[in-house]
Amino acid sequence: MRDFTRRRTLGAVGAAVVVLMLLIAVSAALIAPYDPVTVDFGAMLARPDAKHWLGTDAFGRDVLSRLIFGSQTALLVGFGAAVMGAVLGTILGVGSAYFGGKVDLYLQRLMDVFLSFPLIILALALVAILGNSIPNLIVAITVPMIPRCALVIRSSALAIREMPYVDAARAAGFGHTRIILRHMLPNVVAPFLIMITAFLGQAILAEASLSFLGLGVQEPTAAWGLMLRGAAVDFAETAPWMAIFPGLAISLAVFAFNLFGDSLRDALDPKLRTL
Amino acid sequence: MGLRGLRIFALLAALTVFAGFGSVDPAAAQDKPRLGGELVFVVPSEPPSYDAHAEETFGVIHPMAPHYNTLVRVDPFDKTGTKPVPDLAESWIISKDGMTYTFKLHRGVKFHDGSEMTSKDVKASYDKIIFPPAGVKSLRKEAYRVVEVVEAPDPYTVRFRLKWPESSLLLNLASPWNWIYKADILAKDMHWYEKNVMGTGAFTFVEHVKGSHWVGKKNPNYWDKGKPYLDGYRAIFISSSSAQVAAIRGERAFIQFRGFSPPERDSLVQALGPKITVQESPWDCLNFVSMHHEKKPFNDKRVRRALSLALDRYEGSKSLSKITLVRDVGGVQVPGTPYATPPAELEKLAGYGHDINAARAEARKLLKEAGAEGLSFTFKNRGIPHPYEPVGIWLIDQWRQIGVTVKQEFIEASAYHPMLKRGDFEVAMDFQCGFIVEPDLDLARFVTNSDANYGKHTDKMIDDLYQKQSRATDPEERKKYLRAFEKRILDEEAHVIYTIQWHRIIPHNSKVKGWTITPSHYLNNQLDTVWLAE
Amino acid sequence: MQKYLLKRFFLMFPTLLGVAVVTFFLIRVIPGDVVELRLAGDRGSVSEELLKSERAKFGLDQPIWRQFITWTAGAARLDFGTSMWTGSPIWQEIRLRFALSFQVALMATIVAVVLAIPLGVLAALKQDSWVDYAVRIFSIAGLATPSFWLGIVFILALLIIFRWVPPMVYTPFWVNPWQNLVQLIWPALAVGYRYSAVATRMTRSAMLEVLREDYIRTARAKGLAQKLVLTRHALKNAMLPVLTVIAIEFAFLIGGLVVTEQVFNLNGVGLLFVQAVAHRDYTLIQALVMLVAGIFILMNFLMDIMYAWLDPRIRYR
Repeated sequence: MRDFTRRRTLGAVGAAVVVLMLLIAVSAALIAPYDPVTVDFGAMLARPDAKHWLGTDAFGRDVLSRLIFGSQTALLVGFGAAVMGAVLGTILGVGSAYFGGKVDLYLQRLMDVFLSFPLIILALALVAILGNSIPNLIVAITVPMIPRCALVIRSSALAIREMPYVDAARAAGFGHTRIILRHMLPNVVAPFLIMITAFLGQAILAEASLSFLGLGVQEPTAAWGLMLRGAAVDFAETAPWMAIFPGLAISLAVFAFNLFGDSLRDALDPKLRTL
Repeated sequence: MGLRGLRIFALLAALTVFAGFGSVDPAAAQDKPRLGGELVFVVPSEPPSYDAHAEETFGVIHPMAPHYNTLVRVDPFDKTGTKPVPDLAESWIISKDGMTYTFKLHRGVKFHDGSEMTSKDVKASYDKIIFPPAGVKSLRKEAYRVVEVVEAPDPYTVRFRLKWPESSLLLNLASPWNWIYKADILAKDMHWYEKNVMGTGAFTFVEHVKGSHWVGKKNPNYWDKGKPYLDGYRAIFISSSSAQVAAIRGERAFIQFRGFSPPERDSLVQALGPKITVQESPWDCLNFVSMHHEKKPFNDKRVRRALSLALDRYEGSKSLSKITLVRDVGGVQVPGTPYATPPAELEKLAGYGHDINAARAEARKLLKEAGAEGLSFTFKNRGIPHPYEPVGIWLIDQWRQIGVTVKQEFIEASAYHPMLKRGDFEVAMDFQCGFIVEPDLDLARFVTNSDANYGKHTDKMIDDLYQKQSRATDPEERKKYLRAFEKRILDEEAHVIYTIQWHRIIPHNSKVKGWTITPSHYLNNQLDTVWLAE
Repeated sequence: MQKYLLKRFFLMFPTLLGVAVVTFFLIRVIPGDVVELRLAGDRGSVSEELLKSERAKFGLDQPIWRQFITWTAGAARLDFGTSMWTGSPIWQEIRLRFALSFQVALMATIVAVVLAIPLGVLAALKQDSWVDYAVRIFSIAGLATPSFWLGIVFILALLIIFRWVPPMVYTPFWVNPWQNLVQLIWPALAVGYRYSAVATRMTRSAMLEVLREDYIRTARAKGLAQKLVLTRHALKNAMLPVLTVIAIEFAFLIGGLVVTEQVFNLNGVGLLFVQAVAHRDYTLIQALVMLVAGIFILMNFLMDIMYAWLDPRIRYR
């Protein structure tokens, strides 16, 4: 019993940070002390002080305000990619398990192909083809997540597929859609939720890496990975606040999502392994 | 041949035609060059092929130029990089009508394989550049449209016959890309030079390790006696700019010849103090804004003018020069060079005045007149950190101040030119980068039919002024046409919006001597005059 | 079992072929092509005829299916052709970069294993104690920290504290082992932290699972000393999933370190990849994808063999 509370404490801390982030993102316009995109050369490269708590960047933009608005980008891309990846992965995973046979075989090979594709390369190619924008960025991050989710969901669904009541339902002449919706889907809700939370953190990290490489969100929009690019590296020695705070923000956000996700997994399905 | 009559020496180079460079070398004036040592330098790019006639990245010039000579070169000690001096040619004569250029070659120049370099090698090289046979690529063919034929009347004479007089030809022949290759090799295989090295330069080729480095060693039989001073050089390929800085800072490399950003310069100076020498120069590169003249409302010159009037170039220069590689405010020629716009005249152009409030009020008024109040558009920029990204952020902020809303879209570096060419933009960041500051070379792109007229303006007057300045033989007359050209393109019609001139910053190890910065990172890389102090 | 392994072996080829097909067509959909970029570059006015003749030289004027067949025929003989950007043989472009990436991956693996296995086992044995807590926080933090950012912080700290700057060129191990190790240890640590976090979590959960199994309980009940039980039975069985993540991460590291390589100035496979995409160097991209995917697929196959060999409980379907 004591163990359980403890485990929940960690999860609760994670959940609290997540909720806080959501609140910050929603009320960004109210709480941010400055406009995140207005250039003010008079205040360029200011150290953290009472006026600018976390200092300013090379364009005199307030780092704290950009961090606050950056949380919107992170959450938008994070939730967008995680939900899309998990939904599409679940459809493929359940379909693959339910229909079995040839469908399963071909889908599995296809998943293998995408799994063995290096992530960053897939993202590079997709962004180069689709161009730079937030929806395209979400697509680029989603694609590599689909096969990973499909694999996990498929193995959960396979177990259900073998259950006598599914066969019974088939024998009774129910349609595929109905069986899948009534019997299969409810049983993969747990792994589905677990995959979403696991993906959330990964998507935020992927967004930061891609933006850092110049393949993600575009200036002057505020985004954490973008804040680490260019001037942040140039001025790393003289104005370290530009590089340190966005990195901390990314780490903290992903950390919170992972804590929360871990506890969710422990509560729902302790045997399921996610990375 | 009556053409041989008058001997007019090169525009500005009369004094140095026969003399060695020693006498005009400011560094050598104080110190005597020391022999020996290996110059280690960093190159931010790598040669795609070895044939400079077909390449245009400094990644070819920096590691490879020391293996070669050109017919004429740009004075390695002239900061403006606009003074032609002898390289393989020891002197030249320009006919009175400006239609024939005759060059006398140095005798006793040897290729690295020991064979003698003669006029047939020069002719074969220029024939490859100007009249490439099918299947051979030459990127600078167009730049020599004016040349009718290249002749080699005797082993030590080369003659260029022109179709019409063109005052920029001599400088154009000093192009750092036009290495002289060996005729016999070209006769056998026009593609040989894509993968091999055989020149007359001060250094011979040792090795190229892909993704790592390039090594050259002193040519003991170099024709210019007493040179080179170095025993050899080693070019290290490093793409990340922070790693390049680290290499200079750790004193593992002496110099990087392309340029660093202001914060990079400052951190080097702070870390190494007097061990670092900083050379700076306006850079013959510039970002300008192209507006698609076939798309509304950018077909209206009032709108284009308003966008230029919104820019506080002087404030921008002050601030941006602290964070990225731009500095001077100039017109259509690099400040400090022979045809640059004097500041007093520059101020008269729209958007170059010192009263920004008045300019912005006028901009708002123009937008209102044009019915384009509250204008909003997407600005396509190139995804490169310096200086495209900071300049883009600055532009958008300036335009915001006249009530224009702009969304920025970064185009991946390699998709950027295809985008401009297709005309797939309303307003886009464009850029101009030259190897020698020369109005003909810098401004050809603005002529109506030019391939690089991405904004698609049609302007007879521009074409006419361009041709007039190009054929003007008197520098003062040429200046007059250039000022008119400038007024037309930047002010009256505002076909394009010039931003702030790039600024080249080379912080190098103080041991490096005998090297002078120029406005181009393509120039002055033969390394024959460079030496290392103790 | 042999039949199962044979089946797994032959399944590698359709996957490889699939990767080849996807790569081949994907990169040709990207706007811009290698010839135009090479010729037009920054200034960009090239005659159509020149573009045509250059495209023909690379066979790019052929219908795309024929290009694919030509390429596949070459690849089947492990001949990946020449780079379209530099004209040199692919192996020449890749050789040095691969040696570097392979070594970083190897060193990061060592860092990860050395950290992960003791920490994971300890956390599992002391489940829900403060030790477990600390290990979990350490490993979740490892997953959460972008390794490129960690790299930037590392470099900054090394510069300020030790005045150390990364070397300019890669020194292969066989040339100068000491210099080589000094150069690669920092990136290996920056990457190894995230890697060890993944492995620690897997070790912990696999150990927990095994410790709950009946035969371990029996062994414990029989009074076998705790240590013996642990090493003999539990660890051996728990190692399989751990080995799997290590193998997969290793394969990922070969081509996935783009940003870290950039930060530490390592001319590895990841950076070469970014350059190849920027140049639209089709042959080089294809060869690199096949290399990275091939390693991944091979690792998976090795794991299959491992499983079949070590864990008789596996059902071969």
